[in-house]
This record gives sequence, C-alpha cells and structure tokens, in this order.
Amino acid sequence: MLVPEMLKYTEEHEWVAVNGDIATVGITDYAQGELGDVVFIELPQTNTSLNQMDAFGTIEAVKAVSDLFAPVSGTVIEVNSKLNNAPEFVNKDPYGDGWMIKIKMNAAAELNNLLTAEAYKNKIK
Amino acid sequence: MEIKKTGFYELHKKYNAKIVEFAGYYMPIQYRGIIEEHKRVRSSVGLFDVSHMGEFIVKGRDAEKFLQNLTINDVSKLQVNQVQYSAMCYEDGGIVDDLLVYKFTDHYMLIVNAANLQKDWDWATKHAPAGVTMTNVSDDLSLLALQGPQAIKTLQKLTMVPLDNIKYYWANTGKVDGVEMLLSRTGYTGEPGFELCFDLKYSEQVWNALMQAGKEFDIEPIGLGARDTLRLEMKYCLYGNDIDSTTNPLEAGLGWITKLNKGDFIGRSAIVKAKEKGLKRHLVGFALQDRAFPRHNYKIFKGDREVGFVTSGTFSPMLEKGIGMGYVEAGCADIGSEIAVEIRNSKVPAIVVETPFYKH
Repeated sequence: MLVPEMLKYTEEHEWVAVNGDIATVGITDYAQGELGDVVFIELPQTNTSLNQMDAFGTIEAVKAVSDLFAPVSGTVIEVNSKLNNAPEFVNKDPYGDGWMIKIKMNAAAELNNLLTAEAYKNKIK
Repeated sequence: MEIKKTGFYELHKKYNAKIVEFAGYYMPIQYRGIIEEHKRVRSSVGLFDVSHMGEFIVKGRDAEKFLQNLTINDVSKLQVNQVQYSAMCYEDGGIVDDLLVYKFTDHYMLIVNAANLQKDWDWATKHAPAGVTMTNVSDDLSLLALQGPQAIKTLQKLTMVPLDNIKYYWANTGKVDGVEMLLSRTGYTGEPGFELCFDLKYSEQVWNALMQAGKEFDIEPIGLGARDTLRLEMKYCLYGNDIDSTTNPLEAGLGWITKLNKGDFIGRSAIVKAKEKGLKRHLVGFALQDRAFPRHNYKIFKGDREVGFVTSGTFSPMLEKGIGMGYVEAGCADIGSEIAVEIRNSKVPAIVVETPFYKH
C-alpha cells in the first residue's frame, strides 16, 4: 500500500500535493484498491469554487459509487480530462496519471487540518 | 455469531483475494479485479468458490408431494439426475427464495442462497409432513463452479465421465481427480460449465487440480464481484435485489418456472389472483444512454412521473456501459420503452432492452 511521505491526506482517502498555492488532488492507493475497477469519474468544471470537504465529484467503480471530497478550499483551475476515456488510471497510477483536479487554494492554512502520511498510514492499518 | 470459512479460505488468501463477510462467511469479493475476472469467464474459464450456498437433502415417500407443495416449478416433471430452477413462495405470493431442485434415485437435494439458509430451513421444515425427513448438509459440502467456454475441456481432463453427454440442467455422479462428486451442468454466468459438489475435506485437492488443468486456458479464480456482474449481464435474478418477499414470481419474469396448472402449492392462489387482476409492474432490463451507472434503489422515471425503481445495476464489462434491472409500471415495460434513471439529481435516459444483455 503506497502512502507517499510528501503528500497530505483526508479522512475520506483523498491525497493532496502542494506546489505554491496550487493543490493537486486524487484518491489514495488504498482507496482505489477498496473501490476496485474504476469505470467513470464525474469531475467539476474549471472555475468551480469549493470549500474544504465539499463533494467535488463522484467516482463509479463496478460495484459502487463514492463521493470525492475537496481537501482544501479554492477554485478548480484544471481537471484531468484524460480520466474521461481512461478512468483506469486511478487504479493503475493513483498518485500520478490518476490525479483528478488542481485547486488554487485560498486558505492554505487548512492544510494543517489534513492527515500526514504517518497519520494516514495508521488510519488504514 | 462466528463468521465461517469455506474449505478454500486459505487458497483465497494465497491468491490474494480481497475477502469480505458475506452471508456469514469470509468470501472472496475479487482477486485481480472484477473486470478482468468477468472477461476471463466470458473468454476462457474461471473457478468460483460458492460453498457458502446451502444444501438440503429431502427424503421419504412423500418427498415429491412435499416439494410439489413447497416449490413453484413442477417437480413431477423431473427425471433422476435432472435439475430444476425453482422458487419457494409465501402464501401471499412473495418469494421466500429461489433455488435448485435435484432429483436422485432415493432423494432430492435443494441448493439455496447462503443469505437465506436459516429462513429457508425454517420455512421448509415447518411445512414438511411426517413422511419426509430433511437434513441440512451445508457444512459438510464444498461447492465450486467452473464456468466459461473452456470449462468443459478443463474438467474433462480430470474425469472419465463423458461430460458432453450431460445436458444443460442435468447432473451425474463420478470422480474428478479421484474424488467422488456430483457434476452438475449448471451455473449462473450464462457460460457453459459445471458446478461440482463434494466432501469438504477434498476442497484444496480439487481446487488445485482444476487450476492445474485449466492452466493452458489461463484459468483464474473468480470472486463474488464478477459473479454478480456476470449474472446481471444475463438478467438472472439475485435474491435480495431483484426478488424478495415483496415480489411475486410473475412480475419478476419467472413465469416460466411458475407452474400454475400443476396443482396446488404454497402461494398459488395469490399468484393466480395477481395474474387475473393483471400484473401492475414488470422486472425489465435497461441500458443507460449516457455514461452513468444505475444502482440498487435508484428511482426510475417516465418523463416527470416516477414509474419504478432499480433492483440491480452495474457497469457491464462486455457492453462497456451502464445496465440495470428494475421494476417498472406495465405501460413502460415494453422493449424500446424510453425511461430515465435518477442518478444524483439528474435523470439519465435509458431504454428497456431485450435480455440477456449480453449474447455470444
């Protein structure tokens, strides 16, 4: 189970990578394993504004559907349109090609509310 | 209550199954992924542990009469070694469970859903007359399903029983890898294959022999997840989803096993009454027109009017789109009817289609 050290995590199994004021968001390796084969991902339009832990989309696996939650508040500046035709990237490369959205953060202090890799590892143990 | 393990539990772990609790058992939901497993069964062969299902032996001079009253299909039509898909109903026509009835020379065997085992046992024994004895042998037996276009070739490598002579919904006893068992030409995937019923203590031996024999066809173990998507592509009913105590067999599309002319049986008069009044709803299969997936209990609309609900839905690995089953009002049940499924506040167009959804 991959839990990269440099990322932050939500209780709902999203990860976030921060670069300046841009947060890239996806779901964790653990989450993709629990969901099984992902067949569709519904993502927001760019310019959508989100508050921390708003549902920003849904992820459909063969067996079930789950909501996706924004780890931080801000504005969606980019969505991973490759997932339209290749939702399986979320299974194959959850921290790479399986990224979902990029958020321009407006409250970076919120990052302190998220789990560290260590804390997330403990949660899924 | 302690969660049970089948005779294959250690093998499931060895094959890296994701294991979940299902109907009181630790069962494999998937091994390498539902889609891959599903396609393996459609294209080659897969092996399923279905030992959680229940087996009851029914004996005695009145066994046929008893089963004729208890089940909705016509038991008197069964010959020795023949198998029948059937159901038990309540007095009001609601379904207790769907099941298989096997006829042997001196007894019958019922195979019932794991989740309903205790309820079925209580219901059946309550109605069993003095001349009938019932035995629950579920904990003594293992049940494997070998399914797929290469299933029969795989199994034939391990047995002298001429498998091609066993017709669909017939069974025979014989040895597989030296182990005496029941070879039943049945399954719930829409593919050719057998279900094998044998003494629990040979579980690992038989599994390993089948996996070895199927190696040249790239056999894989298949979990309950793919079992569900495979049966759904065939529009086979799953108890608890598509049929239950609130649905009668006619509206569920099980008229072909409901033999109203065979004489009286439990539930018959209620079913006859429902038929005479005209069925208000039908279980249909539908395909979604957009990339969206119906799920159990989602609402079905015709225009702005709610006309039914989804009982089962999934992404179809073969058709690569959302498919589902659901009850809709009689007026919306014809092939080609345009309906819509409410998915997270939007109404996604769907069309009632012919089933099975998937045909070779």
